Amino acid sequence: MSQVAQGKGRAGFIAGFLILPLALYLTFVIWPYVQTFGYSFTNWSGQSPTFDFVGLDNYSALMKDEVFRGALWHNLLLLVFVPTITILLALFFAFMVNAGGRSGAGGVRGVRGSSVYKIVYFFPQVLSLAILAVLFGAVYRSDEGGLLNGFLTKLGLVDPAHPVEWLNQPNLVLWCLLLVVVWHGVGFYLVLFSAAMQSVPKDIYEAALLDGAGRAQTFLRVTLPLLWDSVQTSAVYLGIAAMDMFVLVSTMTSGQFGGGPDHHSEVMATVLMRNFLYFGKSGYACAMGVVMLVLTMVLSVVTLRATRRERIEF
Amino acid sequence: MGSTGEGLGRRDLIKRSAALGLISVPTMSFLSACASGGEDTTKGPDKGAVTKENPFGVAKGGKLDVVVFKGGFGDDYAKAWEAAFDKKWGTTSSHLGTQEIAAKLQPRFNGGNPPDVIDDSGAQQIKVDVLAKGGQLADLNPVLDAPSLDDPAKKVRDMLIPGTVEQGTQGGKFVALYYVYTVFGFWYSGKLFKEKGWAEPKTWDEFLDICAKAKAAGIGGLAHQGKYPYYINVVIMDLIAKKGGLEAMKAIDNLEPNAFEGNPAALAAVEAVYEVVEKDLLMAGTNGLTHTESQTAWNQYKAAFIPSGSWLENEQLKQTPEDFDMKFLPVPTLADSKLPFEAIRAGAGEPFIVPEKAANKAGGLEFLRSMLSREWSTLFAQQANSLTVVKDGVDPNVKLRPGTASAVAAVKTAGANTFNYLYPDWYSEMDTEIQNASNELMAKRIQPKEWIKRAQAAVDKAAKDPNAKNNHRS
Repeated sequence: MSQVAQGKGRAGFIAGFLILPLALYLTFVIWPYVQTFGYSFTNWSGQSPTFDFVGLDNYSALMKDEVFRGALWHNLLLLVFVPTITILLALFFAFMVNAGGRSGAGGVRGVRGSSVYKIVYFFPQVLSLAILAVLFGAVYRSDEGGLLNGFLTKLGLVDPAHPVEWLNQPNLVLWCLLLVVVWHGVGFYLVLFSAAMQSVPKDIYEAALLDGAGRAQTFLRVTLPLLWDSVQTSAVYLGIAAMDMFVLVSTMTSGQFGGGPDHHSEVMATVLMRNFLYFGKSGYACAMGVVMLVLTMVLSVVTLRATRRERIEF
Repeated sequence: MGSTGEGLGRRDLIKRSAALGLISVPTMSFLSACASGGEDTTKGPDKGAVTKENPFGVAKGGKLDVVVFKGGFGDDYAKAWEAAFDKKWGTTSSHLGTQEIAAKLQPRFNGGNPPDVIDDSGAQQIKVDVLAKGGQLADLNPVLDAPSLDDPAKKVRDMLIPGTVEQGTQGGKFVALYYVYTVFGFWYSGKLFKEKGWAEPKTWDEFLDICAKAKAAGIGGLAHQGKYPYYINVVIMDLIAKKGGLEAMKAIDNLEPNAFEGNPAALAAVEAVYEVVEKDLLMAGTNGLTHTESQTAWNQYKAAFIPSGSWLENEQLKQTPEDFDMKFLPVPTLADSKLPFEAIRAGAGEPFIVPEKAANKAGGLEFLRSMLSREWSTLFAQQANSLTVVKDGVDPNVKLRPGTASAVAAVKTAGANTFNYLYPDWYSEMDTEIQNASNELMAKRIQPKEWIKRAQAAVDKAAKDPNAKNNHRS
């Protein structure tokens, strides 16, 4: 008797704590997903409470939608490049800042002035994406008033009568945006990796140094394996950021909710918003939302699985 | 009951989530029923008696909910109106001036509790065609047929400039009152032209000639708001309408299969605009600039011409030098044009709407009737530096700025020679696709023939839209 009663009491005790957060989670996270899923089978215009059920029409239209397919492709490109470049740069800088200095009397430390670098690197993270968009809007401005164009004109590399229209070049625009994301992200991941590196016991490094390991070897054989968990998490986060990209693309590029020129910087979120708010095809937009959700979930699982390794305890 | 300290078993969890899934399916229909079913409970205040002075039966002392787009015209004019309205009807107005029209109003439309009057404008407007399609807009015909406040012997309809009703009609129903009268064309600095001794160009060749002279003088020829190809589309479309006549314009609005392809006027127009690009007469970098960036550059004498609507002067108030002497120029004509140089695209902007489910619909309609009085029209001209669709609606004592004055003069010269496209309001998607093509054209990435092909494809696609059968102009 006592065992059952105890079990019940404990379950009730736990449930008591969980019921409120669970209710909130169901209402504000799960319910909108369910709604979106439901709407994706309708021809809802987004401005009216009436709509008809259209079955899988939205999804079959989505398959044929070249703009959306292009956007998907851009998201996948970003998915490859954003995490890779950001993590590699952040790792490199973090290593230099924490363990890259010439060792003095057997100690391990960063290059000179590393504490200052850490703060400077973190600056971009403090800025909101909206400020970032304005800032880089001025950098990429298409006349000689732009920072890049002004600079290149002074150097004589760009003809002032024909400045580079950075964000209006089909084959440049995506890379310009990529640069912004990387610039924004590196600082944060640098700090994250720094924290992880500092929790690595010093004697491991000392042992490596005594064995005559150089910087590169220390990094590849010691630092990276010990940081693997952090790198893995970062990859998932950055991957999700690369699947979104809405704020930057919609404010920096041309077109209703961005995506220009001529769909060359389109990401799924911008196509979705244009259909949702501008074309009055909200049901169709909801179908895109469902596709995005599924892709993001698949991405997270795949990344975590693919990067799974043996854990090193220390 | 037999559960021990293990908590939820895996099997239970699966069973329960399946149940949750089952529940969520019927709730979908519940949700839609709930969203559309609320209308009767929210029917607002008692109706007042319908009289000649009160044709819609506004209840004294009710509430009026007004939402306006706070853009280039600000929202002071609306506050002045609301004060006048409250004084007359004893109502309490709530006012919201915002740029986020869609974000603020979409939930209210979906929830069945929209405001009573909306100025549905700006970059984030809710498209009128979409609202009309969803049956969300009140029929404004009663306003047109009500007696005018200035002269009770006349109907409101007779106080409007021609085209107002046509522009606000969706699917045969007058649902949007486009209030601000706007003319479209090129703009230049009277001061710059005087200094250089340039005359106002009347033909496209003269226009190109001045652009070339400007370029030689180290100034850009044509500036345009490259990030928003909407503006260069105005030039292209005006050239088509002038060269091919009203028939060419209507062919586009009516989505005809030869609206662009096989229409020599269209090709000639696009080739004319492309000549500016080919001869390198664009202001440097203009293709990537926003509207404020390029307009400000133009205000700094970095370009001779810029296309825009007559809101330009108010929008650039702070950036325009005191002696700039802004001037309006109708789009110059191509050889053998069917419309004269003086013809202009003129139409109205800022659609004011009354939602079908507004709590105080009578108040909303009365508000629109008051807007079409000379008193309120003058209030607008003073607060927002612009003209309204009310015929001679501005007190002649109000002094206009040079750009607005030149636009008014152009309107007078044009007389009945005005035209206006309807497709941007009718077919948002087609408009966007043509804008994309124009962006490519201006960046020299496609040729005029390719532009024609893409524009025609956009037309053909729009023709398949089920909504297309509702819109037709003759």
